[in-house]
Amino acid sequence: MRLVDTLLYGAGNIKGSPVRTFLLLLAMSIGVASVVMLSSLGEAARLYVVNQFSALGTHLLIVLPGRSETAGGAPPLLGTTPRDLTLEDADALLRSPYINDYAPIVVGSAPVSHDSLEREVTVIGTSASYARIRELETAQGRFLPAGDYDRAPPVCVIGETLRKELFGHRRAVGERLKINDRRFRVIGVLADSGQSFGMDMGDLVFVPTPHAMALFDTESLFRIIAQAAGRSAIEPGKRAITEIIRERHEGEDDVTVITQDAILATFDRILKALTYTVAGIAAISLAVAGILIMNVMLVSVSQRTPEIGLLKALGASQDQILVLFLSEAALLSLIGAASGILIAWFGVFGLDRLFPAFPLGTPVWAYLSAVIVALLTGIGFGIMPAKRASRLDPVLALTGR
Amino acid sequence: MIELRDINRIFRVGDEKVHALQDIRLTFEHGEYVSIMGPSGSGKSTLLNILGLLDKPTSGSYLLDGIDITSMSDNQQADVRRNKIGFVFQSFHLISRLTAAENIALPLTLAGMPPKQRDSRVRDVLESVGLTERAEHRPDQLSGGQRQRVAIARATIMRPTILLADEPTGNLDQSSGESVIEVLEGLNREGIILLVVTHDPDIGGRARRRIRMVDGRISEDDH
Repeated sequence: MRLVDTLLYGAGNIKGSPVRTFLLLLAMSIGVASVVMLSSLGEAARLYVVNQFSALGTHLLIVLPGRSETAGGAPPLLGTTPRDLTLEDADALLRSPYINDYAPIVVGSAPVSHDSLEREVTVIGTSASYARIRELETAQGRFLPAGDYDRAPPVCVIGETLRKELFGHRRAVGERLKINDRRFRVIGVLADSGQSFGMDMGDLVFVPTPHAMALFDTESLFRIIAQAAGRSAIEPGKRAITEIIRERHEGEDDVTVITQDAILATFDRILKALTYTVAGIAAISLAVAGILIMNVMLVSVSQRTPEIGLLKALGASQDQILVLFLSEAALLSLIGAASGILIAWFGVFGLDRLFPAFPLGTPVWAYLSAVIVALLTGIGFGIMPAKRASRLDPVLALTGR
Repeated sequence: MIELRDINRIFRVGDEKVHALQDIRLTFEHGEYVSIMGPSGSGKSTLLNILGLLDKPTSGSYLLDGIDITSMSDNQQADVRRNKIGFVFQSFHLISRLTAAENIALPLTLAGMPPKQRDSRVRDVLESVGLTERAEHRPDQLSGGQRQRVAIARATIMRPTILLADEPTGNLDQSSGESVIEVLEGLNREGIILLVVTHDPDIGGRARRRIRMVDGRISEDDH
């Protein structure tokens, strides 16, 4: 029997019982749609994190005080700090040819006031390099000035949200504000760059490092971000930093250097695994659809018993009957998969409209795997009924028994 | 030519053995017109099923055009069924969602013939049973007689050696039964072996060779 004829024959049967076909297709397409949509969401979450990391800057190395312990103890980001990470340590990093630039970071929270308005915001003490490394831009004025830490002027750069709250429609640059009773002059306002890892870049104050240290009464840095000279300099840069700090800390390895790539790769792995997991869970609904196919095919076999007997009398072999029924199952799952993809496409489109910031997009593998899994379940669950049909005794089948 | 040698068919019903056919020995030459009559349960249908390869004899051998069919595999038997045997059933057995033409083309479709050749063969056969006008009608739009003629067209489209008709007029009124029998006899005149199983003595009596069966045996074979 020719393939076209086999498929046409199956299509005729499918058309013959529209309600049953509709219900079956509904189950199948819900299964396929959920696989495609959930993997789209997972993939979008992954892309979102990757984008966020890329927005941090390029060729980044992050130096944290404290060593990451691999055997028990606290997790890496919360390692204990036997020795402070100081501004001198940070300065020393530039001795390595692999390190282009660095910015020390001191972080704290403090009340910021102007006239009678006061806000509690995050204060970041850093240097001029920070803006360059993080690729920040100012909307008004300029970022912190370069120069000696000792002679750093009492100036600050504020985020857009904070500017609105403290100054409203008035000009902020040139105005004075108080942070914890210390006076600072506003020299710049950051361009609105939205969120970065849940930190609102609008609700911040940047001050020169020594002033932040004085504000929070500390000598140690929260961390140092350094920029490697290029992609190939990331690994040697990491080794160089460890080396320099060890030398300065009397032979102790008491800092942790994280590369942006390593973090990125880790998140990438985690989120990929997550995506596969949710897609797998969604695939359970496909299996349910498969069982439904089996059920419907079994009913169909018993309803069409005389027809099967007739086909045998007309010279259809067991294999032909098997193929006829399997192709019907395959056809059903294919149509189900197609409508499922259509539903998923509309769903993703709708979500994309609702959350434009979220980079929604369906990976090609999601479509492919959904279709393949749908076909496999359809055919897999179709085998049993098809076998039953092919083995019917023609004499009994013709009489409808 | 068809030859049955010592065919036995034993059914097992619970613990009991039912001897449906006992030592059947029959030969049919090309162009023969045979009727098989007998009371219910005499083995007529079983004999027909064995001749049509729908059932396997418990013992004995079946030669069709000199080839022993009993020892063939299922797939080979399906081939023989398709090419050499035509069935006409009492209840027509047309597929209701297919048109008359599609029903008739079914054996050709199963044989994998391309649509163009199929169409011309179907046209010829439709003409020979006088249903050219009804080609695109579905079975439920046809009268009983017309349905049976469609079934006959389907049975003969592969130009089989033997045509097996099981009560072909059983569901028809007198006049359409008459026309169906005439179509069958016309095919027989062209050389096909026509074998009619019937209760109706009028129809059985028209055959040149009349076989009577009782209790799985041939009681009369009237040449």
